[in-house]
Amino acid sequence: MDFLYFLAGLGILAGIYGIFSLGLNVHWGYTGLFNIGIAGFFALGAYTSALLTTAPPSPDLFEDFKFGGNLAATLRLGIDAWFIVALAGAAAVSAAAALAVGAITLRLRDDYLAISTLGIAESVRLIFLNEKWLANGSRGLYNIPKFLEGIADPQNYDLAYFAVVMVVLALLYVLVQRAISSPWGRALRAIREDETAAAASGKNVFHFKLQAFVMGAAVMGVGGALFAHGIRYVDPLVFDPLLATFIIWVMLMIGGSGNNLGAILGAFVVWAIWSGTQFLPGVFSDPHLRYFMIGFLLVAVILARPNGILGERLRVARE
Amino acid sequence: MATMQAIAERARAAAGGREAWWLAGAIAIGLVVTLAAPGKVVNGLLIGSVFALGAIGITLIYSILRFAHIAHGDYMTLGAYMTLFLLTAAFPMVGIEGSGLGPFTFGYPLLLALPIAAAVVIAFAIAVDFAVYRHLRARGSNLVMMAMVSLGVAIATRGLLQYFWGTDPQRYPRVSKPFYHFEFDLPLAGGLALPFDIRVPPDNLFLGIMTVALAAGLWLFLNKTRTGKAMRATSDNMELARVSGINTTRIIYWAWAIAAAYAALAGALLAVSQAQLLPHSGWKVLIPLFAAVTLGGIGNPWGALVGGLIIGVSMEASTEWVSPAYKPAIAFAIMLGALLLRPRGIFGDGSS
Repeated sequence: MDFLYFLAGLGILAGIYGIFSLGLNVHWGYTGLFNIGIAGFFALGAYTSALLTTAPPSPDLFEDFKFGGNLAATLRLGIDAWFIVALAGAAAVSAAAALAVGAITLRLRDDYLAISTLGIAESVRLIFLNEKWLANGSRGLYNIPKFLEGIADPQNYDLAYFAVVMVVLALLYVLVQRAISSPWGRALRAIREDETAAAASGKNVFHFKLQAFVMGAAVMGVGGALFAHGIRYVDPLVFDPLLATFIIWVMLMIGGSGNNLGAILGAFVVWAIWSGTQFLPGVFSDPHLRYFMIGFLLVAVILARPNGILGERLRVARE
Repeated sequence: MATMQAIAERARAAAGGREAWWLAGAIAIGLVVTLAAPGKVVNGLLIGSVFALGAIGITLIYSILRFAHIAHGDYMTLGAYMTLFLLTAAFPMVGIEGSGLGPFTFGYPLLLALPIAAAVVIAFAIAVDFAVYRHLRARGSNLVMMAMVSLGVAIATRGLLQYFWGTDPQRYPRVSKPFYHFEFDLPLAGGLALPFDIRVPPDNLFLGIMTVALAAGLWLFLNKTRTGKAMRATSDNMELARVSGINTTRIIYWAWAIAAAYAALAGALLAVSQAQLLPHSGWKVLIPLFAAVTLGGIGNPWGALVGGLIIGVSMEASTEWVSPAYKPAIAFAIMLGALLLRPRGIFGDGSS
């Protein structure tokens, strides 16, 4: 039974990473947008959801932040309606940040976007670290409420939360898959393959890129919210680039960029490898060598198997 | 790569039209900031010269290999750690030790260590190209893919450094030295005087002198040597350079060598100026570096130089009004502003 709980804990994180990987697939896999600041959207989603739902501290002498929304106590409409509001809020804030930066950088050459996403991630981290009134600075927020706490008794809650994550992941998968199969998704792939040709056939390249960028960021925001309510605390150290950006790139590239199932599969495979290597004997579980391994895997998979495990399926136009 | 002539043309064009207003605005802001925080502006220029060295490397890679070299910050860190290894482990074994050379905190061993560290990073950069980028070029891989591979190289490099040195802050052998202190009154009309009180760490002057020397060296290389001229031709048009008999593969390795050497020096000088060294020191300056490249115009080394100085001054001077914690965000904000107002950069050639 203990092992089952252990697996549920792994599965929760793998599922959440699946959501990030799905969001990144909208950016990179379908549109060719190079986002190396996933951590920024991750953090915005996590902090937004946490701030919306966590109670303000009492007595407030001990904490610096004042704006805990405490939705969990105020919005009880049968089921935990705040759950939906928190996820929507996380997606909206993350999408707004993408809209602001995308509007400036997506008209320009591709590399500017990469550095800009890095800039978003760093700026978001600096704001949450230094504005103590907003989110308690380096001490972070804790006592973040559980999503749908009543659905299982406390000892089985992890299993239930795993199910919640899987349901959200499945819903997002269906959503992204439908969007990508639509004419809108076809336009994105056309832009990825040849921007000039897409523009020549009348597609507004900038608008499509911006929509895809915002959509992917919103998906990442939802992932951030599920993460915050899963580990139930957030502080700026959680959003280290290794585990909040780099590993997600490895997941997408190994699973298969341009294939939503591949993106999710990659998240589970890489998270299993990452979690498994900590049990290896001696030097193999050295945290710094595992860091090296992430970079090495990213280079190796692009060199040796650029399509990942499940590559993008060739699509032929049907009449 | 713009020549001096192109810069002159730029300045002439700037004398009329809308650009005159940009120029006037920039000069006015510069004057106000200088009067408000003269000490920070001076130190910002000197610290910015390190960003300039890093940014020159990124812009060279851009102009020859055409992709965003995300691993550049980590190449800087590699140079800084190689210097650390020489200063704290290799040199003491053969009796080369010391600190506090003249007015500086470091000793003469640093001057010996810098070229060796640069050579190591050059070898590393060329080895990585041979093992990785060469295959992608042969495959005709797209340029964003190359940038992504450089992200992988960045992570792997940092992982290796952490494996050997851990994540604790390290420092070069140093002794504290007094700052240079300039105090004078600038006389204004009507008997008024503006007091100036400027403190400059001697180490920062060393950064400035090194950067001037290295920038002059690059200018001589690009304008006076055959290889340098071939490099400029390759940057303008690689196909054309190839059909006119230039060995472009050799030029690619030259670009790596210069970029890596300047990165190594920039990394070590950054560690001298910050008085500490961490495995993520280089990654942390990636935003200022790319801001400098963008501001100066991608592919233009002199633009990168000026961009680095502007970013350095802005980041230091901003601490007069904003918490110093936000320095990287200031660099990012300037980059976004530059992209909004003038995406080609100050000396850009129009290929935004």
